[in-house]
Amino acid sequence: MAYILTHYWSELIQGLGYTLLSSVIALVFSTVIGTMFAIFEVLPNRAMRIIGRIYIEIFRNIPLLVIAMFFYVIIPMYVAKIDGFTAGTIGLTIYTSSFIAETVRAGIQSVDNGQMEGARSNGLTYWQAMRYIVLPQAFKIVIPPLGNQFINLVKNSSVLAFVAGFDLMYQGNSIASLSLDTINSYVVVGLFYLVITLPLSYYMQHLEKRLAN
Amino acid sequence: MQNFIEAYSWVNMRFLLEGLWVTVEVSIISIIASFIIGSILGVLRYVKIKYLSRVVGFVVDIVRNLPLILIIFFTYFGLPHLGFKPGIIFAAVLAMTIFESAMLAEIIRSGILAVDYGQMEGARANGMSYVQALWHIVFPQAIKKTIPTIVSQFISLIKDTSLATIIVLPELLNHAQIIYGQNSAYIIPMFVMIAVMYFIICYALSVLSRVLDKKLA
Repeated sequence: MAYILTHYWSELIQGLGYTLLSSVIALVFSTVIGTMFAIFEVLPNRAMRIIGRIYIEIFRNIPLLVIAMFFYVIIPMYVAKIDGFTAGTIGLTIYTSSFIAETVRAGIQSVDNGQMEGARSNGLTYWQAMRYIVLPQAFKIVIPPLGNQFINLVKNSSVLAFVAGFDLMYQGNSIASLSLDTINSYVVVGLFYLVITLPLSYYMQHLEKRLAN
Repeated sequence: MQNFIEAYSWVNMRFLLEGLWVTVEVSIISIIASFIIGSILGVLRYVKIKYLSRVVGFVVDIVRNLPLILIIFFTYFGLPHLGFKPGIIFAAVLAMTIFESAMLAEIIRSGILAVDYGQMEGARANGMSYVQALWHIVFPQAIKKTIPTIVSQFISLIKDTSLATIIVLPELLNHAQIIYGQNSAYIIPMFVMIAVMYFIICYALSVLSRVLDKKLA
């Protein structure tokens, strides 16, 4: 194990960097897209609600790998040359955005309707009320689930290994085949993942308990 | 359009359905195994047996926080180095079961914690032993409370079987890749078809979980 750590340290760190980069990019964009579709779902306009529903149901019920492979294979053929990292991160973003949309929608709906009515009767437009009154309260509720989504993202970003995304899992595989020490390579990669996910998940549990009291 | 018609020829569809069958098979075996093991681990973590519950909790937390792909790699490429060589299907089922058991253990434990402690006290006061009370009174209520979460975990299990294509498990995605590998005009039709297949199964299950949730509530 020490051998793998010392000999492949730079590959491991590079992999960790790509994993984190992909997770953070996907988290930012999927929060934006997810919030957009969550708002679609609570709008008074029926057509918009249906669009929101369809988007969420489609991408929640298709495997992440299928979505990522789709972008990895299709976009370079018909649209533009992109590398595996970009294709994988786009896939991650779209997949995660449907879960975040569902979470944010639940958050918005848990905000008392009186908040919206109060804001409206004080002269705010629907969008102002949404932006300044409802969404900030919804996000307070949604923070622990968003944190859990980030943990999922770090784990799910391992699909980048399928599309040559140079993430931690990809590096782990190449280290395993270079060093011929399969067991220790995967153990080391596992430890690298745990260093990120384990503290985060304990912190989220702590946060959930604090918010529940 | 011509591509779609050719791509969905009977030979290709039969090949895809064979893949779908492997996906379903691996999913069902893993669902049953992980539900049993997950329940045992969840209860063990809840009952607080000295040391044992701590160890179970620690292992569950570690497995939960690892990517499933890593576990699949480990069971298929790692285990042979430890002197045990599983076949492809067995390795896939083993990896899915290890990962999902840990996920379910946590869900079931939180379900047990959500059952009012008065239920346990009432059962004990009526002469049941601790184990009887846990098995007949608390556990069924915990399952009832967590059914939507458990079903959505099963849905993600079904989706995650696609990851086993990396160890060449002959499941749906793998068979689609073989078909479009022969003719690149079939790429889009194949992705559309497998997306539809996954969607139908997973969406049906999510509707089922909503119905169950309403019925039991």
